[in-house]
Amino acid sequence: MDYLVTHSPALIVALPLLAAFAIPLISRLGPRVRAVLCLAVLGLVAALVAILAVDVHAVGIRLYTFGATAPEMALPGGYMVPVRIMFEVDGMSIFMGIVITTVAVASLIYSLQFLNGQTGQARFYSLMMLLYVGMMGLAFTGDMFNMFVFLEIASIAGTGLAAYRTNMADAVEGGFKYIVISAVSALMVLLAIGILYAQYNVLSIAALAHYMQYTTLDMMALGLLAGAFVMKLAGVPLHMWAPDTYTVAPAGTTPMILAASYTSMYALYRITFTLYGGHIDTAAIGWIVIIVGVLSMFVGVMMAVHQTDIKRMMAYHAISQGGYMLLGVGVGLAVIADPVALANYGRDAMNGGIFHIINHVFYKAMLFMTAEAIFFRVGTRDTNKMGGLARNMKWTAIFYAIGALAISGIPPFNGFASKLLIYQTVLSFNPVLSVIAMFVSLVTLASFAKVFYSAFTGPEMPGYKEVREVPKSMLIGMGILAACIILFGIFPGLIVDTIVAPATEALINQAPYINAVMGAAP
Amino acid sequence: MLSRIVRTVSNQLIVFVLIFGLYLIMHGHDSPGGGFQGGAVVASGVAMLLVAFGSGEIIQWLHVRRLTVVACIGALVFIAIAFAGTGTTFFYNFLLGTPIFGGVPPPGPGHGHVWSGGIIPLMEIAIGFIVMAGLSAVVLAMARFSGGKEIEE
Repeated sequence: MDYLVTHSPALIVALPLLAAFAIPLISRLGPRVRAVLCLAVLGLVAALVAILAVDVHAVGIRLYTFGATAPEMALPGGYMVPVRIMFEVDGMSIFMGIVITTVAVASLIYSLQFLNGQTGQARFYSLMMLLYVGMMGLAFTGDMFNMFVFLEIASIAGTGLAAYRTNMADAVEGGFKYIVISAVSALMVLLAIGILYAQYNVLSIAALAHYMQYTTLDMMALGLLAGAFVMKLAGVPLHMWAPDTYTVAPAGTTPMILAASYTSMYALYRITFTLYGGHIDTAAIGWIVIIVGVLSMFVGVMMAVHQTDIKRMMAYHAISQGGYMLLGVGVGLAVIADPVALANYGRDAMNGGIFHIINHVFYKAMLFMTAEAIFFRVGTRDTNKMGGLARNMKWTAIFYAIGALAISGIPPFNGFASKLLIYQTVLSFNPVLSVIAMFVSLVTLASFAKVFYSAFTGPEMPGYKEVREVPKSMLIGMGILAACIILFGIFPGLIVDTIVAPATEALINQAPYINAVMGAAP
Repeated sequence: MLSRIVRTVSNQLIVFVLIFGLYLIMHGHDSPGGGFQGGAVVASGVAMLLVAFGSGEIIQWLHVRRLTVVACIGALVFIAIAFAGTGTTFFYNFLLGTPIFGGVPPPGPGHGHVWSGGIIPLMEIAIGFIVMAGLSAVVLAMARFSGGKEIEE
């Protein structure tokens, strides 16, 4: 047990990596063996994430230095700076780990029967594991260059998955857009890392934060990093790729690519709060984050209302919901220098913004899965061509309804909990922003209700008499997420206290993150 | 297929390309080079053969499927070596300072000591296999697609 806790940060990334390369070989033994292997590995990793989460909650930051004589030994005897690559898992990292792992398990189970009869399944599962590795590595790493490497792994795996249905032209286009924006943002990140490395001669995030001077070059690096990650998380005005990519990716992977976007959001927060914390003009940067958030919210929902492609509509809503997260955290960042305001509403605003990440990933992942379930049975994503599907696809309709209510912020689902936190706190900061947020929520409800009526209710369409409910594994995948949505909606206080508040604390207070590595420096 | 001159020259040259690539892989840990560079050199040899002889002939004896297996095995060996160190930490260099093929080699670059890096040379060889097979498969796949044929599953 002790061994597992100590080595869990490495094992969580290494085991899926091992599986990713074993899958092409194992696939020769048949699809059943492959499914068992995938489930076993992700199940084991989920257990490790749980163990690590308990440990981080109880003890604090867990450090894992690769290749050192002891995992906690970040500084070899007498060294002033860390020389090895390390993973540093704090409250925020493990929060992302929980989000990613839950979505990955649900997506994997969903995909098992969804992919029946498709070619290239070995590559699909291989890439899925690699995408998981990329995201987890990005969330856990404490090293700038390592961050770039994992960003690339996630981007390339995500591209392969987005373009999985190569028989459809739009899938190739969606994948191409994803690789282009990924490559551009990865190059921006690399340039920024080069700028930082040239000045400080270290790559560890903690060491960089420790030595940070905030020169003009550092400001340029911050701009490059922020631009790159905003592009990857599909914030307006850099959102153009998201509708195309989310729409065409097969259902098991759209949630994973969605989670990859929010892992980039994690990287953005890690850079702004931990790397540059204490140096930047927090009010100005906070307002920039708020403006990007409000723009994303408003533009995303306005673009979503008139979509007739069900997944495209959901993709625009994903952009819009991303705005809520940025708004919450932006408000927290804007008042971080003012202890009174931070205690009154800033901390709760950040709690809301971060809580919204896990809520949104869960319900939007489930909504994407229901949309793809319809596509699986009916063969179209056009809402005008659907109708009366609730008669034959009862469970899908129920899951869609749960997701639609959750995304619109209706109690007792999880979207309500985080949105209420954001409304209340933003009201104390600036009432206009709060009104915009509520208005966007109303429009969200309207557009999801419209799709519900046109797709699921109404008379039975003659062409869809033979439509049946989707296979069991797809229902289980959606069911896992639906259960989480309802649980989080009923016990929001518990979730906020156990996993969200430590994440917020980790962002607000950068000192423990730095001290975990640099504490022993002479 | 190109002219007889090109084919004859590349027939002779491939030996040197392979030797150079393997040399870079073997000495990646103590001199410029490494698994990736050496593997890329070997794959460039495959590209040269493709240009000289045309894709039809090469594809008959170099299968993407087999190359995938080689690449996967290389990756598995790499991760397995990293796992072997988990008694201490992941990626721990547990072979450094232990006798491999006889005496204990001094660490760092040295004349005549190939195994001076502990597990690093073994990992470089694993990377070499990944890149060699992986990039060759990419080159072959590009040749196939440009010929208008579907890739074998």
